[in-house]
Amino acid sequence: MAIAIALVVIVIGSVVFHLLSPWWLTPLASNWAQMDHTLTITLVITGLFFVVINLFVAYALVRFRHRPGRRASAQPESRRLEHWLIGVSTVGIVLLLAPGLVVYADYVHPPPDALVLEVLGRQWQWHYRFAGAGGRLGRSDARHVSANNPFGLDPDDPLAHDDVLIVGNEVHLPLGRPVKVLLRSHDVLHDFYVPPFRARMNIVPGQVTSFWFTPTQAGRFEAMCAQLCGVGHHNMRGYVVVEAPEAFQAWLGAQTTFAAARAPKPVAAAAVGAAAAGAAPGADALVTQGQALAQSKGCVACHTIDGKPGVGPTWKGLFGKTETLADGSTVVIDEAALKTEIRTPQARLVKGFPPVMPALEMSDDELAALVAYIRAQAPR
Amino acid sequence: MAYDDDAPHHAPQTFLTKYVWCQDHKVIAIQYASTAITVGIVGVVLSNLMRLQLGFPGYFEFINPERYYQFVTMHGMIMVIYLLTALFLGGFGNYLIPLMVGARDMVFPYLNMLSFWVYLLSVIVLMASFFAPGGPTGAGWTLYPPQAILPGTPGHDWGIILMLVSLLIFIVATTMGGLNYVTTVLQARTKGMTLLRMPLSVWGIFVATILALLAFPALFVSGVMMLLDKTLGTSFFMPALLSMGQATGYKGGSPLLFQHLFWFFGHPEVYIVALPAFGIVSDLISVHARKSIFGYRTMVWAIVVIGALSFVVWAHHMFVSGMNPWFGFFFATSTLIIAVPTAIKVYNWVLTLWRGDIHLSVPMLFTLAFLLTFLSGGLTGLFLGNVSVDIPLSGTYFVVAHFHMVMGVAPLLVVFGAIYHWFPKVSGRMLDDRLGRLHFWVTFLGTYAIYFPMHYLGVLGMPRRYYNFDDYAFIPPSAHALNTFITVAALIVGAAQLVFVFNLVWSTFRGARASANPWRAASLEWFTPETPPVHNNWGAQLPVVHRWAYAYGVPGAPEDFVAQNAPPEAGGMEPEAHAGAGKPQEAPA
Repeated sequence: MAIAIALVVIVIGSVVFHLLSPWWLTPLASNWAQMDHTLTITLVITGLFFVVINLFVAYALVRFRHRPGRRASAQPESRRLEHWLIGVSTVGIVLLLAPGLVVYADYVHPPPDALVLEVLGRQWQWHYRFAGAGGRLGRSDARHVSANNPFGLDPDDPLAHDDVLIVGNEVHLPLGRPVKVLLRSHDVLHDFYVPPFRARMNIVPGQVTSFWFTPTQAGRFEAMCAQLCGVGHHNMRGYVVVEAPEAFQAWLGAQTTFAAARAPKPVAAAAVGAAAAGAAPGADALVTQGQALAQSKGCVACHTIDGKPGVGPTWKGLFGKTETLADGSTVVIDEAALKTEIRTPQARLVKGFPPVMPALEMSDDELAALVAYIRAQAPR
Repeated sequence: MAYDDDAPHHAPQTFLTKYVWCQDHKVIAIQYASTAITVGIVGVVLSNLMRLQLGFPGYFEFINPERYYQFVTMHGMIMVIYLLTALFLGGFGNYLIPLMVGARDMVFPYLNMLSFWVYLLSVIVLMASFFAPGGPTGAGWTLYPPQAILPGTPGHDWGIILMLVSLLIFIVATTMGGLNYVTTVLQARTKGMTLLRMPLSVWGIFVATILALLAFPALFVSGVMMLLDKTLGTSFFMPALLSMGQATGYKGGSPLLFQHLFWFFGHPEVYIVALPAFGIVSDLISVHARKSIFGYRTMVWAIVVIGALSFVVWAHHMFVSGMNPWFGFFFATSTLIIAVPTAIKVYNWVLTLWRGDIHLSVPMLFTLAFLLTFLSGGLTGLFLGNVSVDIPLSGTYFVVAHFHMVMGVAPLLVVFGAIYHWFPKVSGRMLDDRLGRLHFWVTFLGTYAIYFPMHYLGVLGMPRRYYNFDDYAFIPPSAHALNTFITVAALIVGAAQLVFVFNLVWSTFRGARASANPWRAASLEWFTPETPPVHNNWGAQLPVVHRWAYAYGVPGAPEDFVAQNAPPEAGGMEPEAHAGAGKPQEAPA
């Protein structure tokens, strides 16, 4: 009878586990409370079936266990009972499905006044774009992507010129206003996933996908990629800062437009973002700027600074080290070597690592800052 | 009809024709099963390596991100295709169909032999990718383009090519086998074996084979198209895009096209694995509860309806894929409709226990474990099938836990139960009971301990296919501790499978001799003149069937079961087709 006891223990254990579990939904930070409600409805109805059926089995096992001389009943079917069970199951299914579809009807109807945010996913970082004063986003296409045009905006489209570009992994959003997120990729599949918002969608190169939500909690939320996009997938980190509308407007106003980014100078401050822009060009400031760059350019997706294995060589102790290259030759990693690696990553490879490092757009100033940061990870 | 052909074929004479180039369905079944189990062990080892990284991130330096994604991918593909599909259709299908319908062999024995050797070739090609430059593909078992064939994904050169070629070869093997199984069921049933007297095992395998014949072509064409995209630079699935920051020559293709083709295969594939398990478990529960399966005809119809519906639910795998969101309404509805016939099957299994005479043999224990595991996995399917519940859960560990419960562990529990059940017929010896119970308890409780808590990590929002979860603030330390616990459970369950393999090998040579029908089952395969059955199965005369396979507890009969081929006077007929109440005929006093 151990199996009957096991079934009962599993049922009770599962319910207790659920009640005591510290692992459950992250606190909701968007309008999609309905999604949490449908989850709860589903949990209650399915949980009821799980408990009842398993306890019924346990009871049957005890009651009808084999005893000498016992013989099974010969009733092979009961139309009536089967019809009842079909009916009950159908009712259960309708109770599950109906609220789900009602919520989904909301999900496919973004409010017309929603703020439009474009999220650009690329291996392995996030960029963001808002429409400028014109209120409409300019055209973009993979053909236009270049070192100084990561979004692939069409330079001939006047609408593109006032688009606000955020070439970093952090975006700000105003509290309480619906946001329609347009999703775009110029390389592979991604998925912009912020667990507390619930809403999300895959990003598919060659098309624009979308979803909408209204941020209802201020705070800084982690965004992650939830569609396998290669070896750096698990480190494709982004942040969404939800703040008061005034603060958002102030932040947005400090960002760079496409036209400004294409203007000859100064490029460095624009790409690094407001945080590093005001820094004095001292050594520590350079390292700090490099750290910000390592985050915003997505370097940290593959290169650790604590010596843990990553997709690429760890930066801990990298500077000054002698590395063996794929062709068997060796090279001392100094400033020149690092710059060559970053500018032309496919030209030569460190032995044992895959040839997957993208050539990123970077000014000379940015490169110097990044190298200073890598250098700072070497033992003194 | 084949039952006119009572003359036995010539039995093979040499070792080579008897065990290697063999056309006997039983030998081919064993070849299929041994190959599948061997490759399955590789799959289990890969899963344990994966779990080592998740449970103890950073401790094992040789598991770098590339290898991790390669383990994930190969584990998934091996378990779904090369283990479960091959084992249920090629293994159980081959062994059981001719014996259960009273045929001397499959109708195309040569094709059947070819099917196995082509399958073996597909396995060799797959395993070769471990040794190819760059290693096997790490694109995830769904092989989604564009990343599957682009740098940034491990094995994007040789690995993905070998994977696709291996799949194409596998599909050729499955098609050869599948045509055989379907034709044998339709054409080679012995006298009296009407379709509605066939054991549910045969029904499950039969319908699953039809699904395979209809679904695998979708995978075949998508495999060919992706190979062309990879090798010739076509753009079936490849839009204009950049790779590692550089422009490529691709233009105009659609990644979503691949996803539709993949899941048009992929969802029926779930039932290609599940329907044979449904069928087999129905037989196990009936034999070991000594009671006719409850609602046999409803069970048959449920299998057929589930099979048909499985072709119109595929896009529930794509609710957040970026397809037209309006599809969500249709596919959520069709998906939840399929839950009704599936629920009916669960009720009927449970009701078969009611007023039974339940023997808790090892096959029965695995059957009961299947019931709980399948119920759990099926119910979580109602979360993921309901589009707005799926949106936050999609791509998280909730999905991983769900599909492992419903189409990983549940069918494997049936595989184990079935092997303990039919091993005496296959080998003439019993599997060791104590080792069997040890294997059962560790596997059943262990897998539940792995996958039940895993759902909660998914609800928390932890995405699947993550090499590690370092420095994500929303993930509490306790979630990492839970991952460590799951890894320990997975290692224990993995080790327990060695007990099973040992039991198989040991009992084959040293197991207690089995009688011809140790479980006192009523279905035809237990009434071969010899155990194990020899070539041609039935001696000079084919058996004649007089009743269904579920004549248990027949009132007035001398024993508590009546064999399918016992004379009509023994009673125990199937319920009359139009009798309404379905009263069983009693044996004459």
